[in-house]
Amino acid sequence: MSRVSRFALLPLLAVLCALTLGTADTQARFNDLGHKLMCMCGCNQILLECDHIGCPDAGREMQELRAAIGQGQSDTAIMEAFQAEYGPTVLAAPWLSRFNIVAWVVPPALLLLGLFGTFFLVRKWRLRAASMPEIPDDPASRDLRERIRRETQL
Amino acid sequence: MPAFGSFALLVALALSAYNLLAGGVALRQLATGSRGAIAPDRLAETARRAGIASFFAVSCAAFALVWAAFTNDFRLVYILDHSNRALPWEYKFAALWSGQEGSLLLWAWLLAGYGLVLRLRHKVDVKLTAYASTILAGIQVFFLLLVNVAATPFSLVQGAVPPDGNGLNPLLQYPEMVIHPPMLYLGYVGFSVPFAFALGALMMRYPGEKWIHITRRWTMVTWLFLTVGIFLGMHWAYNVLGWGGYWGWDPVENASLMPWLTGTAFLHSVMMQEKRGMMKSWNVWLIFSTFLLSILGTLLTRSGLVSSVHAFAQSSIGTWFWVFLVIVLAVCVFTYILNRDHLKTEHKLESLVSRESSFAFNNLVLLLACFTILWGTLFPILSEFVQGNKVTVSAPFYNRVAVPVGVFLLFLTGIGPLLAWRSTSMRSVRKNFVFPSIAALVVAIAVIPLGVHPWTIFTTDHEGGFYAWVTFALAAFVLTAIFAEFFRGARVIQKHTRQSLLGSVVQLTRRNTRRYGGYIVHLGVVLIFIGFSGQAFNRSVEETMSYKQTMNIGPYQIECMDYSQDTNLNYDSTYAILNVFRDGHQVTQLDPAIRFFQASQQPSTIVANHSTLLWDLYVVYAGTDPQTGQPVIKAFLNPLVAWIWIGLLVTIFGTGVALLPNLSAALAAQRSRVPAQREPVAAGRAGD
Repeated sequence: MSRVSRFALLPLLAVLCALTLGTADTQARFNDLGHKLMCMCGCNQILLECDHIGCPDAGREMQELRAAIGQGQSDTAIMEAFQAEYGPTVLAAPWLSRFNIVAWVVPPALLLLGLFGTFFLVRKWRLRAASMPEIPDDPASRDLRERIRRETQL
Repeated sequence: MPAFGSFALLVALALSAYNLLAGGVALRQLATGSRGAIAPDRLAETARRAGIASFFAVSCAAFALVWAAFTNDFRLVYILDHSNRALPWEYKFAALWSGQEGSLLLWAWLLAGYGLVLRLRHKVDVKLTAYASTILAGIQVFFLLLVNVAATPFSLVQGAVPPDGNGLNPLLQYPEMVIHPPMLYLGYVGFSVPFAFALGALMMRYPGEKWIHITRRWTMVTWLFLTVGIFLGMHWAYNVLGWGGYWGWDPVENASLMPWLTGTAFLHSVMMQEKRGMMKSWNVWLIFSTFLLSILGTLLTRSGLVSSVHAFAQSSIGTWFWVFLVIVLAVCVFTYILNRDHLKTEHKLESLVSRESSFAFNNLVLLLACFTILWGTLFPILSEFVQGNKVTVSAPFYNRVAVPVGVFLLFLTGIGPLLAWRSTSMRSVRKNFVFPSIAALVVAIAVIPLGVHPWTIFTTDHEGGFYAWVTFALAAFVLTAIFAEFFRGARVIQKHTRQSLLGSVVQLTRRNTRRYGGYIVHLGVVLIFIGFSGQAFNRSVEETMSYKQTMNIGPYQIECMDYSQDTNLNYDSTYAILNVFRDGHQVTQLDPAIRFFQASQQPSTIVANHSTLLWDLYVVYAGTDPQTGQPVIKAFLNPLVAWIWIGLLVTIFGTGVALLPNLSAALAAQRSRVPAQREPVAAGRAGD
């Protein structure tokens, strides 16, 4: 194959790559968004995990999702469209808006509060604690400690 | 038989009410020193015997219901709704807990069974057991009131009796459903016993920590039942529901996880009270919370407050549970306020780098995980109250919020045992942490070429790859720490006894079963986490498949050989026959099926699974394509799932070891001809 024809193939290869990437991207987006939506038949399951044989809603919702992705709509636009059509319960997790933000903020805030709280509490107690005499580390003391531990073991 | 069952339930209620009232009066007299017509000791004894007798009465009622199922007594509404003539006998037995009324009867029966053991073992501590027995009788009265008044399993069909029943829910016709609910209920109900002891000990201002020693085995056995129950539920969901996963963050699943988390926190923090006299109030509230969460979970899932896939358990008995919950909470708060001065801590934390501190953080994280799950479960109700509309809180929320908490917990599982009580020196920290840290680093680097990429957290919307990477590294850290603990101790024994290393490990474990049993449980937990992390790499393919068509997933090629049909009295089934090839060689044949149950007129999928240590090839016959009429096959490649079930087995083994009594030091010394004082003590030092 001549150099010219090899160069001529390059745009074709680029288009092929773009198309393949697009396919993979479309499938990945479908999987991603399909796991962020609920099946509305009342089964209370994630759209792509609905296991109802002959489910009346899952197939239709999946078709709508594929169509929306095919039309090039953004993720946000698709989620908003589903929310407008089916109501907020179609979203598998609360959308980050208004009061729903509270759902996401409270657990990490409590974790941070708890960690800092425990840290400062231990620090405060440690500062208050009277200084303890140094425990000798000779073999006799070690044996005595071992015996006490064994005899008081629960 | 229905009349016998109803009568037995009434007798059980009367006996439990007598146990509660007579026990209460006797304990009041003992506490105040007053006397009635009957001496308080004798009155308490009659109460105890009434409690024992109530078990036999509830057993008669449970027997009557099972008998009705086996004899196809469709005069009973409950049997009509949950059984049919063609139902196999094991599922007829399971009909006892397959509906609302039956499962409440099971609850009452298990509670009476636990009460029977407690009352027969009253000589352990007569007075404390009398308190616990009376409190248990109070709980028993509530459940017996429910099955006598609000949800009676013996109500009769009005009018003509149908010739056959409606059958059992197809999803429940699976072997694990015969043992999953009783295990779960043994866990839920079992927490009533440590709750009763804790409340009783607080009421009588029990001196010392003996109540904790008495309840330790109860709590561990209960925790084990709940653990096994939860995992059997996961295994059932994985093998029956056919969506390729084992945990869907459904409110009913969450309801079982919440008391498990607080129960786990209690099992850890109780050691602080035993060893150092610390966290007394905390422990009392942990066990109160565990019991209250068991009731709250039941309330949430049975009242219809939150939507659940477990819709078969819903009814209108929510008000009863609300009232009971409020009464129990009021009793707990009132008792605590009256006696809180009895729970003063004897020591305080002295160092951040100590075993106590690691327990404190462990408890904090477990409780936060519990709160996060409760928060997510209740948020739809809160949202409806504030915004006027319900929202859904499902897997994407929990995966983002609860998974980091779980990973942090795994980290604490690794560092806790490496720290000593009171304070750990920096030299000790360096010595104990060096090998686990190296192992974590090596694994963190080694898994990157295998496709576990930590940078997915920056490049995609899915943090799964990142959390899997962290989990693998932490798993290496924890496993190395655990094996180092065993190795250090066993080497010392081996040096003095010249036993094999394995023999030394066995003797080391038998000398301190609680400590080393605990490490084995941690080992099981690590394996379970490794299994969970595989979820980040799940793959699935769905295709219509006709004869000789093939489908590729991972290294496997699936070839459709045939579709066939079968029928029996209970169901018709259609199944696919699929040959599975790897590298050109056939590895197995899978037969995923759809069953159509005659009585309930409902379909159900039967998953076919080829499980290996590396991954599961999980195949579902998902019905037919409505446009082409071709059968649809869905295949999943789920990595590392087998490690979840292996981890559970290790956890069961570890808990079993921890329940064994220690081989006494003297006996061990005699057997090994080693002086007792030479017993090795590794990093943890304190024999837990």
